[in-house]
Amino acid sequence: MSQEWPLWEIFIRGQHGMSHRHVGSLHAPDAEMAIRNARDVYTRRKEGVSIWAVRSTDIAASSPSEKGPLFDPADSKVYRHPTFYDIPDDVGHM
Amino acid sequence: MYAQMVKSEGKRPGEALSPEEQAFQDRIDAGERIEPRDWMPEGYRKTLIRQIGQHAHSEIVGQLPEGNWITRAPTLERKAILLAKVQDEAGHGLYLYSAAETLGESRDEMTQKLLDGRMKYSSIFNYPTLTWADIGAIGWLVDGAAIMNQVPLQRTSYGPYARAMVRICKEESFHQRQGYHIMMKMARGTDAQREMAQDALNRFWYPSLMMFGPSDKESVHSAQNMAWKIKINTNDELRQKFVDQTVPQAEFLGLTVPDETLCWNEEKGGYDFAEPDWNEFFEVLKGNGPCNAERIGARQKAWDDGAWFRDGLSAYADKQQARRMAAE
Ligand SMILES: [Fe+2]
Ligand SMILES: [Fe+2]
Repeated sequence: MSQEWPLWEIFIRGQHGMSHRHVGSLHAPDAEMAIRNARDVYTRRKEGVSIWAVRSTDIAASSPSEKGPLFDPADSKVYRHPTFYDIPDDVGHM
Repeated sequence: MYAQMVKSEGKRPGEALSPEEQAFQDRIDAGERIEPRDWMPEGYRKTLIRQIGQHAHSEIVGQLPEGNWITRAPTLERKAILLAKVQDEAGHGLYLYSAAETLGESRDEMTQKLLDGRMKYSSIFNYPTLTWADIGAIGWLVDGAAIMNQVPLQRTSYGPYARAMVRICKEESFHQRQGYHIMMKMARGTDAQREMAQDALNRFWYPSLMMFGPSDKESVHSAQNMAWKIKINTNDELRQKFVDQTVPQAEFLGLTVPDETLCWNEEKGGYDFAEPDWNEFFEVLKGNGPCNAERIGARQKAWDDGAWFRDGLSAYADKQQARRMAAE
């Protein structure tokens, strides 16, 4: 039985000025075909102006079990947000 | 539905949940989405592969009855529209295969299971498309029934499945409207066209009601799948909704729903209607519908005839890769 085409993750830039967003994945033999297939699968209604294709196996991801240690420390740092600071109305817009 | 009678791999009723399973169920109850790398019970994973795979196969096999009319569409515009619709269905199949693949089964494995009968597709695609009006009836009724089921599934617990549903739902409305548009044209046409439209409704009405599957109020499989939020409504709820929505649309067309018992029930605020012939449904599922052999035959042929092409592109990619390595 033949080998299965590898899996690619597809990222599309919706409009100029926006970042690329992950939209899904597809199978293709190589990068060029991945981009061609992505055009047919993910942009049939002008959903994009640019496509990135990345081999799924090349993506490194954080593990769900590390969610606590990675993201919880930000909980206690409310001073990173502008709303933490009380500035009197008299100062005007800031 | 596109996934019918999905057998659940959950625990038997009354069996206690492990602490991990309980924590998982709590996340679902809290409305959290489950993502591919999260812990999940083996039964949830297996049931979802079965359900999403069946849904994907239905999108792909569903191209065949409509594809039958692409070369014979009555105008160039209708042909372009039908081509776009059928291409969307290919896309739906691909979105769903990739959602299922995140659960650890490859697309080729699923395809193999479809071809050798270990996986199913929706019963509805085993009926033939005999006239152009059937293309109208399919868009109107079959896509209409699919929408009933797919809209709530946008809230399903498995992230990749829910996201595929959002994408699909955005595209389905065009499918239903183009079908209804065909029906409108025919219903307002010559006597022969009106008869053709009525005949299509006669043939597709009960198979469309069957799409939702038999009543599952008592089914333990459905209860487990609903607890996991991979099934949102009972089959009867969706079928009732479909009938209530569709009957006035048929009236608008001046066509008659082929059910003499059909009548409005003021008390329940919905129509009373006749059940389809469930024996026929089970026969179709078993492979004895009018087109089962033809449909799988067409998929098998496409798979076999495409082998040289898939292999050729793989060989080319390998060669290019080797060249790049040598140049580095
Ligand atoms: Fe579809
Ligand atoms: Fe559709």
